[in-house]
Amino acid sequence: MSNPVSALQGAAYDGYVKVEELGLRGMITVRGNLASTKLKNAVKAATGAAMPKQRQISIADEGAVAWMSPDELLLLVSYDKVNEVIAAFEEAMAGQHFLAVNVSDARAMFRLSGDKVREVIAKISPVDMAQDEFNTGDFRRTRMAQIPAAFWMADEQTVEIICFRSVADYAYGLLKDAAEPGGEIGIFG
Amino acid sequence: MSTRLSNSGRLLNKGRAMNFTFNGKRMSGFEGDTLASALLANDQMLVGRSFKYHRPRGIVASGAEEPNALFNMGEGSKFEPNQRATTTELFDGCKLGSQNHWPSLEFDVGAVNNKLGRFLTAGFYYKMFMHPRPLWKHVYEPIIRQSAGLGKAPKDRDADKYEHFYAYTDVAVVGGGVAGLQAALVAAKTGARVLVMEQTAHWGGRAPVDGGTVNGEPVDKFVDQIVSELETMSNVTIRTRMMGSGVYDHGYLLGYERVNDHQPEAKGPRHRLWRIRAGQIITATGAIERPISFAGNDIPGVMLASAVRDYAVNYGVSVGDRTVVVTNNDDAYRTAIALKNLGLDVPAIIDARSGGAGALGDEARALGIRVENGKGIAKVKGYKRVEGVAICSQAGEGAVLEEIACDAVAMSGGWSPVVHLWSHCGGKLYWDEAQAHFRPDVDKAPTGAAGEAFVIVAGSANGYLDLAAGLADADAAGKAAAKAVGKKVAKSDVPAAEATDEAASEAIWLMPQGANIKLRMKSWLDYQNDVKVSDIQLAAREGFESVEHAKRYTTLGMATDQGKLSNINGLAILSDALNQPIPQTGTTTFRPPYTPISMGAIAGEARGEIFQPIRKTPIHSWNEENGADFEPVGAWRRPYTYLRDGEDRHSAVIREIDQTRSSMGLLDASTLGKLIVKGPDAGKFLDMMYTNMMSTLKPGRCRYGLMCNENGFLMDDGVVARIDDDTFLCHTTTGGAENIHGHMEEWLQTEWWDLKVYVANVTEQFAQIAVVGPNGRKAMEKLTEDDISAEGLPFMAFKDITLAGISARAYRISFSGELSYEIAVPASQGRALWDALLEAGAEFNVMPYGTEGLHVMRAEKGFIMIGDETDGTVIPQDLNMQWAISKKKEDYLGKRAQERSYMTDPTRWKLVGLETTDGSVLSEGAYAVAPGENANGQRNVQGRVTSTYYSPTLKRGIAMGLLLNGPDRMGEVVDFPRVDGTSVLAKVVDPIFYDKDGEKQNV
Amino acid sequence: MLILECPYCGVTAEETEFHGGGEAHIKRYGPGSTEEEFNNYLFAKVNPKGVHFERWRHANGCGKWFHAARNTVTLEVYGTYTAQTSDIPQDIKDKVSAKVPGWSWREFE
Repeated sequence: MSNPVSALQGAAYDGYVKVEELGLRGMITVRGNLASTKLKNAVKAATGAAMPKQRQISIADEGAVAWMSPDELLLLVSYDKVNEVIAAFEEAMAGQHFLAVNVSDARAMFRLSGDKVREVIAKISPVDMAQDEFNTGDFRRTRMAQIPAAFWMADEQTVEIICFRSVADYAYGLLKDAAEPGGEIGIFG
Repeated sequence: MSTRLSNSGRLLNKGRAMNFTFNGKRMSGFEGDTLASALLANDQMLVGRSFKYHRPRGIVASGAEEPNALFNMGEGSKFEPNQRATTTELFDGCKLGSQNHWPSLEFDVGAVNNKLGRFLTAGFYYKMFMHPRPLWKHVYEPIIRQSAGLGKAPKDRDADKYEHFYAYTDVAVVGGGVAGLQAALVAAKTGARVLVMEQTAHWGGRAPVDGGTVNGEPVDKFVDQIVSELETMSNVTIRTRMMGSGVYDHGYLLGYERVNDHQPEAKGPRHRLWRIRAGQIITATGAIERPISFAGNDIPGVMLASAVRDYAVNYGVSVGDRTVVVTNNDDAYRTAIALKNLGLDVPAIIDARSGGAGALGDEARALGIRVENGKGIAKVKGYKRVEGVAICSQAGEGAVLEEIACDAVAMSGGWSPVVHLWSHCGGKLYWDEAQAHFRPDVDKAPTGAAGEAFVIVAGSANGYLDLAAGLADADAAGKAAAKAVGKKVAKSDVPAAEATDEAASEAIWLMPQGANIKLRMKSWLDYQNDVKVSDIQLAAREGFESVEHAKRYTTLGMATDQGKLSNINGLAILSDALNQPIPQTGTTTFRPPYTPISMGAIAGEARGEIFQPIRKTPIHSWNEENGADFEPVGAWRRPYTYLRDGEDRHSAVIREIDQTRSSMGLLDASTLGKLIVKGPDAGKFLDMMYTNMMSTLKPGRCRYGLMCNENGFLMDDGVVARIDDDTFLCHTTTGGAENIHGHMEEWLQTEWWDLKVYVANVTEQFAQIAVVGPNGRKAMEKLTEDDISAEGLPFMAFKDITLAGISARAYRISFSGELSYEIAVPASQGRALWDALLEAGAEFNVMPYGTEGLHVMRAEKGFIMIGDETDGTVIPQDLNMQWAISKKKEDYLGKRAQERSYMTDPTRWKLVGLETTDGSVLSEGAYAVAPGENANGQRNVQGRVTSTYYSPTLKRGIAMGLLLNGPDRMGEVVDFPRVDGTSVLAKVVDPIFYDKDGEKQNV
Repeated sequence: MLILECPYCGVTAEETEFHGGGEAHIKRYGPGSTEEEFNNYLFAKVNPKGVHFERWRHANGCGKWFHAARNTVTLEVYGTYTAQTSDIPQDIKDKVSAKVPGWSWREFE
């Protein structure tokens, strides 16, 4: 058994905001009827987190759930537990029309940390990053320059980003470029 | 001469000198100078040559409207042409060069055009170079190209960094003059988010130069107070050096921030393009002074009156020792008064109005300035520098009354509001007869997403040229904007400014009014493009009556300043020539950007490594390290072949194919699209998506499928595997993954939303490796305990196995005709499996092969390739693939279209194989010709090549193509002409060249 | 560049997050339809100057298709609504009527 490796194997850059590629995270795309109690319970059992509201992420100790669309969720769990979580999930959902599929290896994850994380995002995503408009708990799917991406704020100093694995290099390049010292704007607080 | 004054210069830091060079000559200025003020301080009045006549040109303006002072700036990777001296701040070490002259600025051979001016009239190029036609391409165009174009194109890659920034605000204010600041403050006080941008480095606009008091204090104090108040407000962002470049649909505004132009050595981006969405946009963009059309108004030393004042007050530069002021309004008197107060000589104010000025006229006279009412300038004397003016009666034809010696002329033809941003997105204008300018029709503003007006104009941009009126207008604009974005507006007083008693201006479009043709031919409208009053009059006579036509015919307003100085004067002349009122002539269209912005700012971060996203497979880095010669496939980079030392592409491909067919090859097939389709209706859904019957596929088995669009044309193909009763995995082409995923979602969401089916794109979850060739199984067996024998894992089946310790799914499918497994493993372990397979295959001399090997091997087998055999006009029937079209199904996407008469036409070209009689390789896309010619006199054609390769297996050229009645013509020889006139003959054969019975793949 | 509100995820975003998909409310004609019906289904689009109904996909977002009632001249967006309907919802019709009394579009009014 070889060691699974993430796309950039933990590359990091110290700009005016710190950029890090995070290691592998277990990710499961779930599609189904989000209003169903069975699904809510299965999600809770899988992640410890409650069903998120529209465009929200709900974070618990052992996992998290992000609202992707009216019939889609992204479950975040630890990478080595994905298969067992999916098996349990499928068992809990037996007889329902749903889809649960492992996408852990299809994604890359990044973390931005520092005082000015909001403006680094606002350089590459057409999203209003003002405190009143985007906050912890919010989850936004959008584009990051030329690629689709999703992000949320773990806290005021931290943004976590998910994109496709094949464009991890591009995403990392974008984030480094946006975080390059001298590019500070100082617009959000 | 122009010099630095010791007693003024409010924007300068005289404690910090800065050195620069102009055409190699060392000069110096101060921090706070613009390039223009620094040049003038060094007596550099001559700054360039005009475009057509190469006439000497000096600085005319002090702001964005400057048409002449454009320079090549910097060197090497920091070189940029057409930098406007009036809006570029001086920095230490700056290197400037003038443009559009040869051999030098002082002596320009092209100035001979000036002597030929009589012949170089409007439309000269159109008229002259039409005949004879052949001369255009070989004679005229190359010569004209030599002399055309302003500035030099940069040769090196731009070393600077640029970026974008997405900003959102309730109210965006463009312009940091008193109007913009006042509007911003009242809007900000309601709690609205406010963003204010000012294109220069300084707040306050013209007001601090023009003077006046607000709330009893000098206006510059008022500016300081309001700026510091805005700076403390958390809901306000204020930026200098940021220009409102354009207003677009739905409150979109581009702000062009020149972050580091004034400090080129600083870290960070040079320019930042702000992509702003605003609820309301206030355009407080001020007004621009107009020149007056008199003979010699382009001679260096003739300048806008406001610019002369700006240079004196802001930068401590006197443009001349003796300045004659010529005007049709009171404002220019301020210039005369300012100069006089600085100790400079003003020989006369020539006021075209018979009634003269108001209070400012008295003030000027009290200072001892001679004022001449009802007079005009007949002509300016001098060539490279003003030497004097000849005075005449404005009402006459130019008979000279008197000559006055002077070295500068300050002219003012009145003020035009800067309506550009108001107009960009459809704001309408009306002609104000009294003030002789177009101003915004505030009832016809641009409308936004909800149909609401989203641009409000404020201050002098709205035609309120007076300080008091401008502030009142701005105050109202700020309140209106806040209200429009849903804020509650409290009552507040408008700052009280002192109103000046000014006499009305009078429209003066030509000086003198009855100027003869000789004078009109030297009366410039557009300085940069050399358009004169006489050119516009000629255009009108020749029938170019629409303002848009006259513009293009004469090039009026088409230079880099986009007519900021010339347009109103030009269309007044046009209206006069057409004998119609100005509003009937109308304006040309205002288009963004307001002034040119850098290409770098537009590109933003999209340069170099991050110019575009490059998709990389988990095996990409191995490919890079092992000689991969990449080719783009969609956004992916796939190895075309792997080059070894000294190999060319062709021999590498042959080596890879030979080795794969004889022993073992590996292909990184990770880019293939993989879609999970799951649900009780998944089979039913896929029966609609594919031409084949997918619902009957058994779990554990694979089936090759074709996908068509509703037009019946083939759009994608691939192998579908049924995972379980409810779940299918559909492989798509590399380029098709996202499209086909979108296509499936589209039909599920918009047509068959009652179907219980979910689709997920898992393309990137898996690294997929094809293990190909007769020894592939032996190598794999070294890595697994699972039974992957012909019985344990038969052809067109799949199985979950453990391979090299990795959970894998092995598909027995073949695109090469050889024994082949496609192995899918989690992407994170793709590289590990690749390495293990290379090691296990070492004893069989395993070789990775690239996309060209893949293509050649599939062509040898007669397999079609989407994008080669198909081009969006080909249906499966054309490719003899009826076997892949279910006859049992009532419906599938494309079925109805394939029943249309054109699709069932028996003369549609059909797929065949082609073998050249001489063994050579046919050209890609070559046509097979038929006897006779078509209606256009072209040879008739009867088919074309769709794929063509050298086959190392058959050691000859092979091809596939579409041919009229192709399948019925086996053995016939057809003619494929080459571009050089010779022909290649090819025999029509079965497209399956290799292993027709498929024995090799099924072992 | 337009801004649109995705009715599925509630995001109001700029056009670069979306992908236009042509005319809305087109009825599919398959096997058994006449040449004219099929031709009209594929090719006959109204392309009006004024009130128009379009399909959009929130491509760089939740991925859902939706419909927009929009004015092709003023670019005003009257409303967006689910793609999972054959008819134009009454509230959208009302919104259009409030701005453009007497409008009609294909068989709808």
